[in-house]
Amino acid sequence: MRELVSLLNVFCLLSLLAVGGGSAVLPQMEHETVTVHQWVSADDFATIYSLGQMAPGPNMTMVGLIGFKAANHAGMSDAWAFAAMLVVLLAFYLPSSFLTYAVSHIWDNFKENPWRDSVQKGMAPITIGLMLAGVHAVGKTASYNPEHSFHFNTITIGVGLAVTAILFAKHINPALLILAGGVVGWFFLRGI
Amino acid sequence: MNKPAPAEIFAAFFRIGVTSFGGGLVAYLRDEIVAGRKWMSEDEFLAALEIGQTLPGLNSVNVAIIAGRKLAGPRGAIAAATGLVIPGAVILVILGLLYVRFRNNRDVAAALAGIAAAAVGLLFQVTLKIGAKQFFNPLDLAFVLLTFVLVGLYHVSLPVALFLIAPIAIILRRPRKEAVK
Repeated sequence: MRELVSLLNVFCLLSLLAVGGGSAVLPQMEHETVTVHQWVSADDFATIYSLGQMAPGPNMTMVGLIGFKAANHAGMSDAWAFAAMLVVLLAFYLPSSFLTYAVSHIWDNFKENPWRDSVQKGMAPITIGLMLAGVHAVGKTASYNPEHSFHFNTITIGVGLAVTAILFAKHINPALLILAGGVVGWFFLRGI
Repeated sequence: MNKPAPAEIFAAFFRIGVTSFGGGLVAYLRDEIVAGRKWMSEDEFLAALEIGQTLPGLNSVNVAIIAGRKLAGPRGAIAAATGLVIPGAVILVILGLLYVRFRNNRDVAAALAGIAAAAVGLLFQVTLKIGAKQFFNPLDLAFVLLTFVLVGLYHVSLPVALFLIAPIAIILRRPRKEAVK
């Protein structure tokens, strides 16, 4: 039960801190769930994040799986694990949704306010900095993991850079590239 | 335009929730709401997106909330957001259960490592793409790096970092009388 309350606290706060989209809270989420509460391992976090990229819909729905694994980790039954998943999903989506619902009512009052533009211009680089920190938070296990061999890390970094380059060069559904990454991983990484 | 019932709204967003593989949800939303069902005009959609991007939370979910509210009030907002999220959540439950069961299998572990490596590349590309403007502006770049170092490397708590950095960043971009829009 205490675990559920902790999950609720952490993800409600993350919900309201997700400035400029869900990826902005990735670094904080990784820190809270892996280092502070140890609900998931760093490997689990990277994998759960990437599973989120393969599912349709908002890819941050993967937070539910963190709740599921956290309950698992605390030795709860599967039924409780599903409850934890639901708690996390509601905690992550409800607060920001309530805020949006409320503010969209009064938004028009600020339409002509010049500070709105300032807020957007000022926050944009912060969001980008947070997203870069998100790349680092996931990449420090998924791309370059000191526990893996040099050969292994070369392949994971190569796959990541290849995906980045291909997406810049071609208009292609990213989910297909993620799947292709899985095939490459299966082929080259299983022996290492 | 007839106001759609919440069930109809749920069905429309559910369809997006099922088919929108690979991110870029906002484009899917625009196709369905503006082009397909004609529930919002292009301008209304852009206004909703602007609110959704400015406020915390996922842009896609926020847009769903605003669109649903516009169409059918609170019940419309609930219908839109749940329709969007539920399909992915169900698929993730299945993927998650498979993951817990097979994570120690050598083949699965290798494929998952490749998937995670590719996901990092995707996030990196999205960051570079939407940050293109910021990376080439010295002042913006300073804030990008400052945020990255504080939150990413030194794990300064996000609320603390936002309270420290955001006011300065916003004040430096304060409205100027002579500024031309």
